Amino acid sequence: MQRRDFIKQLAATGLIGAPWFEAHAVPARKVQGRVVVIGAGYAGTTLAKYLRIWSGYGIEVVVVEQNTQFVSCPLSNLVLGGSRSINDLTFGYGLLQKHHGIQWVHDQVTHIDTAARKVTMSRGEMTYDRLVVAPGIDFNYSAWPEMQNAEAQRLVPHAWKAGPQTLNLRQQLESMPDGGVVVISIPKAPFRCPPGPYERTCQVAFYLKLHKPKSKVIVLDANPDIVSKKALFLSAWKELYPGIVDYRPNSTVLHVNPVTREVETEFERVKADVLNIIPPQRAGKPAQMAGLLNVDNNWCAVDFRSYASTISPEVHVLGDAVFSPQPKSAHIATSHAHVCANAIVAMMGGQEPDPEPVFANTCYSFVSDRMAVHVANVYRYDAEKKLMVTMDGGGLSDVPSDLEGTYAQSWARNIWSDALT
Amino acid sequence: MYTSFWLGLLLMSVTGVCAEPQNFPAHTLTLAASCAVCHGTNGNSATGLLSLAGMDESVFIAKLQAYRNGSQASTVMHHHAKGLTEAEITALAGYFSVQQHQAIVEPQAQTLELQHE
Ligand SMILES: Cc1cc2nc3c(=O)[nH]c(=O)nc-3n(C[C@H](O)[C@H](O)[C@H](O)COP(=O)(O)OP(=O)(O)OC[C@H]3O[C@@H](n4cnc5c(N)ncnc54)[C@H](O)[C@@H]3O)c2cc1C
Ligand code: HEC
Repeated sequence: MQRRDFIKQLAATGLIGAPWFEAHAVPARKVQGRVVVIGAGYAGTTLAKYLRIWSGYGIEVVVVEQNTQFVSCPLSNLVLGGSRSINDLTFGYGLLQKHHGIQWVHDQVTHIDTAARKVTMSRGEMTYDRLVVAPGIDFNYSAWPEMQNAEAQRLVPHAWKAGPQTLNLRQQLESMPDGGVVVISIPKAPFRCPPGPYERTCQVAFYLKLHKPKSKVIVLDANPDIVSKKALFLSAWKELYPGIVDYRPNSTVLHVNPVTREVETEFERVKADVLNIIPPQRAGKPAQMAGLLNVDNNWCAVDFRSYASTISPEVHVLGDAVFSPQPKSAHIATSHAHVCANAIVAMMGGQEPDPEPVFANTCYSFVSDRMAVHVANVYRYDAEKKLMVTMDGGGLSDVPSDLEGTYAQSWARNIWSDALT
Repeated sequence: MYTSFWLGLLLMSVTGVCAEPQNFPAHTLTLAASCAVCHGTNGNSATGLLSLAGMDESVFIAKLQAYRNGSQASTVMHHHAKGLTEAEITALAGYFSVQQHQAIVEPQAQTLELQHE
């Protein structure tokens, strides 16, 4: 059966009160309800899998994802450095669907009606008992009208969603002459992956040192200082890439000329040969469609015991879209998914979720092709603050090491295996 | 036509790796799952590095205590072990000790298709 027919059929039986579907798709167990999951990134895949397992395969799970492939942002900076290929980081969703009996719709969500509990896609619609919105981030180019078209974003890639944009940036580095200038612009926090832009700086510097030693990378950071792992990155730049990295804090880009690759800050004009603008971010489009952006009109506030939106209690929000003091990382996104899966199983069974969830986060960053550093913390729900708070005892690596590079590569294989099979 | 499709779906879900739900509190399941990114699903590491499945409870507790008090050097585990309560460590020891050794399935890497959003 063709995928298109499947979609039509979803529209026809609509998964809208389709008794036949409910009776046949889930073997043997009593169906406890239908959860629709929008977005199959780190958060959505993990939620879908663990909701199935922890409900004893009793909750019907339908995932809607616009892409046919999963491309990992973690390790994608290594594609720029040259020690990894984008094809090492690209996977299908087949095993996840097959192992856990997850219904899969390859389509783009275009509208969400939380009052009617209905999700509309470009080729059909369906209803839900609970909705999980795990859409990642959306880029906000509103400060630069000149960047608001596909051609400008091809000339000046963000490479902040891994995929063709990552390849584009890599190819621009390859075609740049020796002696060229790479400019990386970092938005004000919060953004996806706090150490990510500084890891990227290391990877670009690694490539330049090896292949184009007369070139340099200028980092225009809108923040007053390095946001994450400051001392570790500063010493990596100094010791591994002397004379290559030029870091400039408090440098918000005010104007961009995508054709000449010139940018203007409050203080200066900088001309780049390769220009990488990491734009300001907000919760992904599906969260916007459902009207869930209640913090600064950018992020979604949730109850950290269930990830239920503070606006629509039967809608849960996971991953980078969530407003929280924790870093927007893949590890955190999967932890949101675990807490949420447990909470949905409890709530659909008429019980209360865990009152004090606890989870860990680690962000590894590669400072060269082999050496990595980490930041790691444990977070615990604080009922008074209504937040996940940082436990004592977390922290950073003392120094970069090959050993941590090996652990970071192992981390990636384990999180891919956990999220995608 | 649809019948064969739905039948396929049914068979897939029956023959898939349908893991059984485990009798642990949600609190322990969440915490153990957050160890999986480094130690593998249910403590079975995809790389073979640092598997925890089947580890004896007292060995597990001793190792975590050693990371907490610094008597065992580590790259990252001291940062994890210090944030947990004694009760959580005991619960995790119980969880990992009963996990079966399993061959880990890894997703196959693919060539990137260029029409990716
Ligand atoms: C360069 C870089 C390096 C990073 N390195 C690390 C690292 O080393 N470790 C770490 O822990 N984290 C890292 N991160 C952060 C990590 O990638 C994110 O935190 C993580 O991807 C968040 O997961 P998510 O599920 O919230 O969003 P995503 O993974 O972005 O998933 C969102 C999904 O929703 C889908 N979607 C969106 N809109 C629609 C729609 N309308 N219809 C249907 N589907 C839709 C998207 O296609 C996507 O698949 C890095 C990020 C970057 C950019
Ligand atoms: C970011 C990766 C990471 C996370 C997350 C993590 N660990 Fe570890 N773990 C390691 C590493 C690396 C080691 C080896 C010691 C070191 O260098 O820190 C280790 C060692 C261990 C060991 C000793 C293994 C042995 O055979 O000696 C145990 C037990 C352990 N971890 C338990 C846990 C538990 C329980 C959790 C979740 C609460 C957890 N770990 C979370 C990376 C991690």
